Parts: sequence; C-alpha cells; structure tokens
Amino acid sequence: MHGGLATPAPLRAPAGPAPADKPLLRFITCGSVDDGKSTLIGRLLYDADLAADDLIAALEQDSKKHGTQGDDLDFALLVDGLAAEREQGITIDVAYRYFATEKRKFIVADTPGHVQYTRNMATGASTAELAVLLVDARRGLLDQTRRHSVIVSMLGVRHVVVAVNKMDLVSYSQEIFADIERDFRAFAEHLRFLTIQVIPLVAKDGDNLVHASKKMDWYSGPPLLAYLESVASDDNARVLPFRFPVQWVNRPSHDFRGFSGFIAGGNVKPGDIVRILPSGRDTTIARIVTYDGDLAHAVAGQSVTLTLTEEIDISRGDMLVSPVSPAKIGDRLSARLLWLVREPLTLDKSYLLKLGARMTPAFVKQVASHIQIETGLAEPLADSSQTLAFNEIGEAELWLDTAIACDLYEDNRETGGFILIDRVTNETVAVGMVKQSAWTERSARNGVEASYASMEGVPPPDHLLHPTPLRSLVKSLSWRVPGSVITFGAAFLFTQDTGISAAITGTEIVSKIVLYYLHERLWTRFAVGLTKNEPPHDDTGL
Amino acid sequence: MNALAAKPLGHLDRLEAESIHIMREVVAECERPVMLYSIGKDSAVMLHLAMKAFYPSKPPFPLLHVDTTWKFKEMIAFRDRRAAETGLELLVHTNPEGVAMNIDPTVHGSQLHTQIMKTDALKQALDKWKFDAAFGGARRDEEKSRAKERVLSFRNAQHRWDPKAQRPEFWRLYNARKGPGESLRVFPLSNWTEADVWDYIAREGIDVVPLYYAKERPVIDRGGMLIMVDDDRLKLQQGETVQQRLVRFRTLGCYPLTGAIESSAATLEEIIAEMRASRSSERQGRLIDHDGSSSMEQKKQEGYF
Repeated sequence: MHGGLATPAPLRAPAGPAPADKPLLRFITCGSVDDGKSTLIGRLLYDADLAADDLIAALEQDSKKHGTQGDDLDFALLVDGLAAEREQGITIDVAYRYFATEKRKFIVADTPGHVQYTRNMATGASTAELAVLLVDARRGLLDQTRRHSVIVSMLGVRHVVVAVNKMDLVSYSQEIFADIERDFRAFAEHLRFLTIQVIPLVAKDGDNLVHASKKMDWYSGPPLLAYLESVASDDNARVLPFRFPVQWVNRPSHDFRGFSGFIAGGNVKPGDIVRILPSGRDTTIARIVTYDGDLAHAVAGQSVTLTLTEEIDISRGDMLVSPVSPAKIGDRLSARLLWLVREPLTLDKSYLLKLGARMTPAFVKQVASHIQIETGLAEPLADSSQTLAFNEIGEAELWLDTAIACDLYEDNRETGGFILIDRVTNETVAVGMVKQSAWTERSARNGVEASYASMEGVPPPDHLLHPTPLRSLVKSLSWRVPGSVITFGAAFLFTQDTGISAAITGTEIVSKIVLYYLHERLWTRFAVGLTKNEPPHDDTGL
Repeated sequence: MNALAAKPLGHLDRLEAESIHIMREVVAECERPVMLYSIGKDSAVMLHLAMKAFYPSKPPFPLLHVDTTWKFKEMIAFRDRRAAETGLELLVHTNPEGVAMNIDPTVHGSQLHTQIMKTDALKQALDKWKFDAAFGGARRDEEKSRAKERVLSFRNAQHRWDPKAQRPEFWRLYNARKGPGESLRVFPLSNWTEADVWDYIAREGIDVVPLYYAKERPVIDRGGMLIMVDDDRLKLQQGETVQQRLVRFRTLGCYPLTGAIESSAATLEEIIAEMRASRSSERQGRLIDHDGSSSMEQKKQEGYF
C-alpha cells in the first residue's frame, strides 16, 4: 500500500481574495414529532433569504402535492429530503443544512422527533454546540422533549434554546409561555446546560425567527436568528492537554516513518516530549510534516503527520499524549450508554468498542442504573440481569480485552466518546461516554508492561524481585565478612602464621567480593525459578 | 516553516482537516479503497486533499472514472493530465452493454442513460476490481437527499442504499465494518458547500477544467437549457441553431445533459463573486435532477453515487 513518494506541493497560483472567515456555529433542532422542527428551518432559510430561487419554485410545486398547509407553502418540504418523509410528513433522518449570514456561518442538523429515530437525532447532537429544542405551546414538555434534552445534555451540548412554537394556537398567551419556561428550567436543573434561552415563536409564519413578532410584544428578547448569531461558541480544544490518536502509520520508504492523525486536544511543536500510550514510553517530536511544508506548531483541529526522534514501534490506535497530564489507561470503563438498536443489550456478549482510532473487543458486565427520562436522573437497578433496550440510557460497566488510553468524556469529547459495534451484524449498537476508567493488575502485567519491555529487548522485569546494584554489594559484604573470619581461622590453623593468613584472607576478600557481585548481577538477568504472588482479581477499580 | 498554524484555524482549515481524517480512517480500515474521480471541481478538491492526507506517501488507492462516453472532450483531456501529474493509477470503465446498445441520452432520455451508463457501470467497476470503499465528491448541500446521507454510507452486496436504516455516526467515529460483498460510499466533502469548494480552489491554487471559466462556446438553446455542441453526435432538432455565446458551466456532467450559464466570469475571483450573487442552486443545470423531486434518492437507492 505504500507506493513511493508523492510529489510535493506545486507552486501556488495567485490566490483569490481570502474569504471572510466567519465563526461557525453547529446546532441542531430537536424535540417531539410535529413540533415543527423542519418547518422552523425551512422558514428561517426563506425569511433570511438564503434559499435559492429554483428550490423555492420546487417547494411551491411540492407544497401543492404533499403540503399540509393548504394553499400556503409547507416549509418543512424544503428540508425533508427523503420521499418517505415527504409522503408521511415526518422527518426520518437527520438533514444537514449550510447557511451563512453577514455575521456567522451555520451548520444545522434538522433531526427527527419520532422515538424510533432517536439515534438519528443523537447523531446530529454529537457534533453540535447548541440545540434548538422545540416545544408545542399547546402540549408543553412531552416525554420525547425530555428525552431529547437528556440526550443533548449527555452528549455535551452546553447551550440550549427552547423554542416554544405554535404560539398562534394558544392566542399568543404570555401565561402559557411562562408556564413552559418555568417547567423547563425546573427540569433542566439536573442537566448540564450553561445557557438556556426561551423564545416564543410561530415557525410557519416566521414570528420571532428572523423578525421580531408584532403579536408577542411582551417578549423582549432577541428573535431566534439574532440569538444564534450572538451566542458564544466554545472552542476550547486547544487549551486541553495534547491528544493525538494515531490513525495511520505513514511509511513511504525506509527513510521516513511518520504517524498521521487528527489532533484531538492541545497543541504540539518539534522538541516536545510526548508519551506513547498504552506503552507509557516517552519520546520527542522531531517534525510536524504536511504537504505544505513542515509546521513550527500545530493545534487541536488539524490533521498532521508527526515524526519522532527515535525509531519506536507505534501502530494505529496508539495515542500520543502530554506526559504532564496523560490520558488514563484502563480496561474497565464506567460509562453512560445510549442503546441504538431494537435488539437489547446482552450482558457478557463480545462487542467491538471503538474509541479514537482504537478498536478492541469489550463486553458489558453490568448495567448499574437507568436514566429516567422524566427527571434526567439515574435510578439504580435492583436486578443485575436487567440491560438496556432500544433508545434507553443507562450507566454501565464495560470490561475490555485490552487496556486502552482514554479521557473522561467531560474532559475531551474526542477521546472520551466511543461506540459499540455488533460483531455479526456490524451495526453500531450503542454510543457511550466514559465516566471513569480503571486498570486491573492482570492486564497491567500481561498487556502493557510486556509490550513496553519487548520494545526494550529485555524480558518483563518485576521491580519487586529486581535487586539494585547497592543491594548486591551489601549482600556480598554481609556474606563475605563472616566468610573471611572463617578463612583467616582456617589459614592460621594450618600455617600458624598471622602474616600469611592475613595475606590469604585479604586477597580472598577482594577477589570474592568482586566475583560474588558479578555473579549476583549476572543472575538478575535470568528469571528462572522466580515466582510472584498473584494479586487478588477483584474489580474494585470502578 | 509555516506561520499559518499559529493563527486560529479558519473554516477551510477545519474542513480540510476533517476530510483528511475521513480519508485516513477509510484507508486504515478498508481492504481496497478507490477514489471515484469525476473530473469536476469537487473531484479536483478531493484529489488535492488526498495528496495532502497521505503525504509524503502517495494516496494508497487508484482513481476510477466511470466514462459514459458523453463527457466533454476537455474533461477527458484534463483527467488524463491530472492522473499523469499525480502519478496515481487511473482506471476507466465504460458499461460494454451500454456501448453495444448505443445509448444516447438525447434519444433514450436522461433516466435510462444515467441508469445504464452511470449506475450500472459504477456497480460493474466496483465488482470487477472488488473495491470495498469508494470515495465520492458529493456534498450535502447539493441536493435534498444528499443532505441526509452519512459520511460513510453503507451499501449492501447489491450496492443498494437504505435511507431508512443508516448507521448512526457520532463525533469522528466511523464504523467501516462490513460483510463480504458489502461496501461503503465515502463522502469526505460532506460538510463543504459550493462556496467552500471555490474558496478552497482559490486559496490552494487548484487546477480545474477550463469549462468552468467563461468563453465563447457553440451552444444550442434546448428547452431553456444551453447545451454545448461538443461533437457531431448531438443532433439538432427543428428550429435549433448553433450559436456562439459567452458561457461557462457551474457543474459538469454529460454534455447533452448539462446546461451552461451565460456568464462573463473568466477568473476565479469573478466566478466566486458570481456564485455569491446567484439566486439559483448549483444543480439547476443538471437535467437528471428534474426527473421528479425524489429522483436523486431513487437513483441513489439503485446504486447511483
């Protein structure tokens, strides 16, 4: 697969004007079915004049054929792209839309509200910074509204806009709006949102989307688009500790050995000391190689190729990390899981766990608790055989075949999130977020230290049985002193001459101490006949 | 040393890094990847990203062009030149049954032409060389059903797409596992928009087919679309005359199915300015998209890219 060297970058043609690099906001719309998510996005694009003329023409046609709004345009049809979606008037899968205003670029994931498509909603939420949660003013908070709130919070979305839609159907009532706002804020107390903005609107008419509503002058906050343009996005990845999951070993020739990957946290420069996990060995960055030339510095969010100052065996799935705050190594994970398929979770069944670029067999040992969607709180399970069914969320304990490097999800999304894959159907059956990681002794010896040692070319050392040179020296003296007293006595017995006996003893002391020391040091190189105490195999690590 | 890295990452830097990450994942996890090279601006960007992703190695996969025999002559010349410049292996496949049937889009219609010369031909090529992952330059902002597609889009052994049962995709974690005969379509440019593609072409100085730039070209007006007369296979209908008009193409496909736009944009800056001011969508010039509002989804389910 490694077919020689690529030609370097050609001379650049005169580049055009640099595009104005507006900050990007990735957000999702979510909420229960029929709360008007697709309509909201369609109308937003239309009002902000961001939909192309031929798409509006197609929308006019489609509205006549499938529309649910009589003679008016059905804005949902602007985003519902699948035939089944248009026929049934529901959203099945997440649709991504791209638009830009004067101030900002947006990627919006319009996600389905149906319970059976919750996994598609979670797909959209995993990369979002903000969630627009729709609530039908007539119905208030529904189970599905709560479930979506819990999922977006769990996936690390920190900003939420509660869009109270269909205000026209409750006579634009400020009281009803205030009730829903109070309910949501009470419910969200357990969730981990940094900001909550509640906006009353009528998506199909455009009230409080782009333009402030004249019918709800009691609302003094910004319309939705103005709010989205102003909300701070939290891109803190580059202040995190350095994380670099190795994706691909780049080896075009014998002279070059690089490690390609995406910087998942922090930054790096040549000369930096990094730790290789799980082996634990430290080494130094030599170069940051890219097609456009070597870099002096690279940051989270860049795809680069690193070379090291030493020849070290590193493969896909290993992680280069900051030695100051390294990732955790563990083969026992405590994690929050969202179950994505109809076939329920089976305890002790071997699934494949993928985290970063690492794939390892793993099984779920126990589901400790279920997350109650009504409250967002974990409820411990009394029955240890209970598992997770379709769309259920729970805290679970996973046992991995090999120890892996990871972070807690709250510390780093990229190195703390994982998926489980069914080994037979190859389906992605669960998404998980690491809460705790622990390492059992057994894997520490068999897995990790062995691989460390094999790189060094010596057998696995056991530090408890491995004597230091000082110990060997003291041992040879403690052996030699009584031995030399006996030697002197024996020599004097035969020779009756103190001088000769002292000379014999002196020569012997020096030569035997040296000999003993060398002999002792030599034996430390062999493990023959050594036994160790097996530590108890308990799993108290979690 | 490049001083750019010290600055905050721009939007294009992030898109570039994401695309490179996707390509490396697929190369690491699949047996026989291939890059579908359709010669247009998106393919040009995708090929450029591949050169970056594996540098200093060459991209460890060949290029595949499904040739319908109705591509613009300038496209074919450009294709061969780029393959030679990059040193990548170029595979070209044409459906021999379609050639035997003498498929002509102006006679048999765009639907049949697309089915036989593109969809069937692509499936034949993937089966012939046993590719298990194919990179394509499609973007989500192009068309409604594409907006629904995953970055790694799973296809069964019959190459069919099931839009109702797509694998969920979280963060940067892609599930590339598949059974024998099954394959993946991979879209590294999923999150790029048309504007991003042109901005990136300008920033990186990427070469594109000259047809994107305005020039006097021989065209006929057929049903409101300006069709370029690229060779003598295009039969004029009654009342049609060939006119020299200043036109360019916003998107490139088979020449009898691709409408030109009247434009004087002859430089990248002018193209970008024109695109930003445009009131119509990119694929407006594609006849095959107008076969009904679900036609792209239908084609994709049957195995079209």
